[in-house]
Amino acid sequence: MVPTSYYLVLSAVLFGLGVVAFIFKRNIITVFMAIELMLNAVNLAFVTFSRVLGELQGQVFVFFVIVVAAAESAVGLAIVILIQRNRGTLNVERVDSLKD
Amino acid sequence: MLTPQIAIFLILAAVAVAGAVSLILQRHPIHSALSLIVVMVALAGLYLLQGAEFIAAVQIIVYAGAIMVLFVFVIMLLNAGEEERTNLSRMARFVGVPLSVVFLAEVAFSIGRATSRLSAAAVTTVSTRELSSLLFRDYVFPFELTSFLILIALLGALVLARREGTD
Repeated sequence: MVPTSYYLVLSAVLFGLGVVAFIFKRNIITVFMAIELMLNAVNLAFVTFSRVLGELQGQVFVFFVIVVAAAESAVGLAIVILIQRNRGTLNVERVDSLKD
Repeated sequence: MLTPQIAIFLILAAVAVAGAVSLILQRHPIHSALSLIVVMVALAGLYLLQGAEFIAAVQIIVYAGAIMVLFVFVIMLLNAGEEERTNLSRMARFVGVPLSVVFLAEVAFSIGRATSRLSAAAVTTVSTRELSSLLFRDYVFPFELTSFLILIALLGALVLARREGTD
C-alpha cells in the first residue's frame, strides 16, 4: 500500500516545478504548458484525497478541472496566435507594451 | 518495505518528475510539449494505481490526446523555434534558484509530515457507473454549465483567431 503522503509530496513537487517553469520559461506556449502542469499536480491531489476520504466528489472535481483546462487552452492558444500575428514574437519579454 | 505498489509508484513518480524537469530544461517548445505528455501519461498510471480508472482514461484521451495535440498544432502552425537565451541576472542565479529549491523541499517535507498520519486507505476501484451516476444526478447542473463553457470557449477561440477583414 502506498502511503498517502507520497502522493501528496509528488503533487507538491510537480506543482513547484510548474511554478518554476512558469517563471523561468520565455516562450509563451511553454508558459501555457507550465499552467497545464500545475493543473495536473492539483488533479493528483484531488484523486488522492478522493481515495483516502472514500468520497467520489474528488474525481468529479478532476473531471471539471479537465474540462476547464480544455476551454482555457483553446482560448489561450487563440490569444497566442493573435500575439504572434500582431507582435511577431512569442517571447514573453517582448510583449511589454503596457510598460511603455 | 518495498511492495510492488510502492515500486510502481516510485517508477511512475520518477518518470513524472523527470518529465517536468525536462519541460523546464528543453529549449525547443515541441520538446517541452513531448515532456509534458510524458508527465501526463505517468499521472494516468498513478490514477490507475489509485483505482480511478475513468479519470485515468480521461487523462489520456483528453489531456495527452486532445489538449496536447492542440499545443503541438499551434507550435507547428506558428513555427516556434528555439527559445532565445536570456541571461538570468546574477541575483536570480545565486539567490533565487537555491532559495526556490529550499522552499520546494520545505513545502514537500511539511506536506509529507502533516499528512503522514493519514491512513493509506485500501484502493477500491471506482466503477464508472458510480461516478457517472454522481455526475449526472448530483452534479448535473455544473455539468450542463461546462457544456456552455466549452461552447463559449469555442466561439471565443474562433473570434480571436479569425483574420481581420475576412467577414
